[in-house]
Amino acid sequence: MQFSVLVMILLGVMAAAYHLGRRRSLASVGGRSGVRNLHSLPAYYGFYTALWAGLPALLVAGLWVFFEGSLITSMVVQSLPASLRDVPPERLGLLVNDITNLANGNIVSTQVDAGMQRAADHMNELRTIGRVALAAVALSIALAAGSLAWRAIGPKMRARNRVERIVSGLLIGSSLIAILTTVGIVLSVLFESFRFFQKIPVTDFLFGLEWSPQVALRADQVGASGAFGSVPLFAGTLLISFIALLVAVPIGLMAAIYLADYASPRLRSYAKPVLEVLAGVPTVVYGFFAALTLAPAIRGAGEAMGMTVSSESALAAGLVMGVMIIPFVSSLSDDVINAVPQSLRDAAYALGATRSETIRQVVLPAALPGIMGGVLLAASRAIGETMIVVMAAGLSANLTANPLESVTTVTVQIVTLLVGDQEFDSAKTLAAFALGLLLFIVTLGLNIVALHIVRKYREQYE
Amino acid sequence: MTDQKDRHKRTIDIVNASLKRRYARERRFKAMGLGAVILGLLFVSALFFDIFSKGYTAFVQTHIELEVYFDPAVIDPDGKRDLEEISRADFRKIARAPLVKLFPEVTGRRDKLALYSILSSGAPYQLLNMVKDDVAVIGQTLTIDLIADDDVDMLVKGHIDRHLPAADRRVNDTMIDWIDRLEQLGLVKKKFNTRFFTNGDSREPELAGIGGAAAGSFYTLLVTLALSFPIGVGAALYLEEFAPKNRWTDLIEVNINNLAAVPSIVFGLLGLAMFINLFGLPRSAPLVGGLVLTLMTLPTIIIASRAALKSVPPSIREAALGVGASKMQTVFHHVLPLAMPGMLTGTIIGMAQALGETAPLLMIGMVAFIVDIPGGPLDPSTVLPVQVYLWADSPERAFVERTSAAIIMLLLFLIAMNTFAVIMRRRFERRW
Repeated sequence: MQFSVLVMILLGVMAAAYHLGRRRSLASVGGRSGVRNLHSLPAYYGFYTALWAGLPALLVAGLWVFFEGSLITSMVVQSLPASLRDVPPERLGLLVNDITNLANGNIVSTQVDAGMQRAADHMNELRTIGRVALAAVALSIALAAGSLAWRAIGPKMRARNRVERIVSGLLIGSSLIAILTTVGIVLSVLFESFRFFQKIPVTDFLFGLEWSPQVALRADQVGASGAFGSVPLFAGTLLISFIALLVAVPIGLMAAIYLADYASPRLRSYAKPVLEVLAGVPTVVYGFFAALTLAPAIRGAGEAMGMTVSSESALAAGLVMGVMIIPFVSSLSDDVINAVPQSLRDAAYALGATRSETIRQVVLPAALPGIMGGVLLAASRAIGETMIVVMAAGLSANLTANPLESVTTVTVQIVTLLVGDQEFDSAKTLAAFALGLLLFIVTLGLNIVALHIVRKYREQYE
Repeated sequence: MTDQKDRHKRTIDIVNASLKRRYARERRFKAMGLGAVILGLLFVSALFFDIFSKGYTAFVQTHIELEVYFDPAVIDPDGKRDLEEISRADFRKIARAPLVKLFPEVTGRRDKLALYSILSSGAPYQLLNMVKDDVAVIGQTLTIDLIADDDVDMLVKGHIDRHLPAADRRVNDTMIDWIDRLEQLGLVKKKFNTRFFTNGDSREPELAGIGGAAAGSFYTLLVTLALSFPIGVGAALYLEEFAPKNRWTDLIEVNINNLAAVPSIVFGLLGLAMFINLFGLPRSAPLVGGLVLTLMTLPTIIIASRAALKSVPPSIREAALGVGASKMQTVFHHVLPLAMPGMLTGTIIGMAQALGETAPLLMIGMVAFIVDIPGGPLDPSTVLPVQVYLWADSPERAFVERTSAAIIMLLLFLIAMNTFAVIMRRRFERRW
């Protein structure tokens, strides 16, 4: 049975349970006229029955969908003949992949033999059994729980309180998802990074000056040293982010100052949303712009001036990234500049200061911590930005400070290591998770510091 | 005596002496501010102008109008009109025959192959589909607009510079000559490019379309919306209305704020490690994409929903509690409906973010080359921004145009969503 059909049926059961529960509550007090004798409104009895009929069954169905794949795969692997099963884990993974493809009716990478065909048939069989069993189990749970709840209905039952308790449980559950997400992120990157550090020492990774993640397959292979030093990647990331901030901070800050203190309300009402558009444009669009318009232009200009410019220069990626984060800087600065009390400005004007003197000597010093927080947030955004650098920056890990050369970044390497077919155990793949861990720690640190500064500053004037 | 004079120099004189300099500084500062704003606006217009000027030509496609004879001897030699048999027939021959007739002087084998390359490799399928629609066309001679090859398309649209030395351009002089002659005969036509909207991906630019990617985006967003809206609203309700102020709820709050700033690619790593490797969900499926984007957009929705709840004045709650409503009834019957417009606005903005997101979807394998249009959230598929990324990597000149056109469509969707959000906010915003 299709999963969506099962969900539809369960929703139908819930609707029916609602009506039955409501009817029973009214019947228990002798119809509409006796409704005053009920503890709660009749609808609550309906909700109560419906929730009991639906929630446990939906939960079971949801869990099954999540674990069906791995469960069936492990059962199929168990049933494989020993000759097929006793191979190194990578080979086994490949075989399981082929069997899955065969069972799905897709193209298979190797010759199909009888053992594989049997395994694929077995997999399909298990799937059918699983689906049918799930439907039977879910429906019987729904009916059993629903009828138990239905039988408990009586005029004395505190249905509203019970429903409210279930609902508040659901609300707490949804707010816990935020925590679970963080835990999930930390666990998944930490676990894989741990496996990576078993193969490559932590110090090599953190302080190594060379990055070339191709692991040699043969001992005499050239150009595949398998070096995992992350310093060049971070140097490249910082170079590009620095260029971006060099563009975004002056422009964003000056624009925020002008819009807050000089511009007419009319200009402000038009210019602000247009600038915000820059934040809403998908990053892949910036990447396309950087790679196909700006990079060739910079290259052409450089060659006209007699310089050699790489076609994937850090400058192109950095400039476009700077444009992308202008709105972050400007809207955050705008907030803090507006939060500086008018009384400070008035005092400066009363002493005869011009507007620019007031801004430079009174408003900006007062707003400085907030602006710094905004800049830090923008920096963390720049460090974690992926698509622009994937499309416009290079792949070779050069340790250089020359913005006209090609550099690579942490995010570019994560993408290159993980996109495409990969075996899940090689140091190459695991390295991506180690980089992800480092990226997570760096951006988290920046964010915490930035949010702390912004919050502390806000309290000052409130 | 000078001492005396200095002592008598009044403050106003000192101020006046420096006034000119100070005013000049003031003007410079103001000009710098205005310059920054103008520069920002310039960036926006440059970006949009660049994309639009590159992409608008992709909405038309060059066709060659040819008199095609549906030769029964080639298509259906047995005369049984069996569609299976017909599908195997050599439609290339049918499509090429009129070209040979137009250019009888082309004889060499190599020259003929070059001549045939005027037509797209999709042209024979175009004819096959006509026959499938109506077998009666067999034996007739019809005037049909056949799709031209992407190089021809680029030449006709003027994207290939004719004055370059022949070695530097993708189209040689003979080809240009042929196209010019076809144009003189009035056989080169530009028609609205419906294939661009309905087709899936293809290696041939003239056949590639965004239909598959748009369907993938649709299913991904559907999953995201179905999960992130209820969860986000639920979390916001709990944190804003019910949660006690203690260390736990503080932790959740800090957590949400930090999640909002975690790089999106890290969510991709989570999706890869958890959903695909641990739970064994299928790669490249919109379901997994939707799950990852749900986790990513949740903070946005929660923060917006909490702001909407905060803006409902306490008097509403007190009035409801005063007439005997329970806490839960107060929230669900009175506060939530009043906060709903703000929550929906936040959700639409979150959805717009999810629509434009690329990096985490690369991690979970939604970058595959997929020709078929996905029919559900479990079919392998790709999404619009990833399609842009894939096409941007393709070397053919015609893909630059397609990429820009795909970006235009993506931006149109985003603009529509954001405009809708702004209108909703204007319409339902209440000042208390």
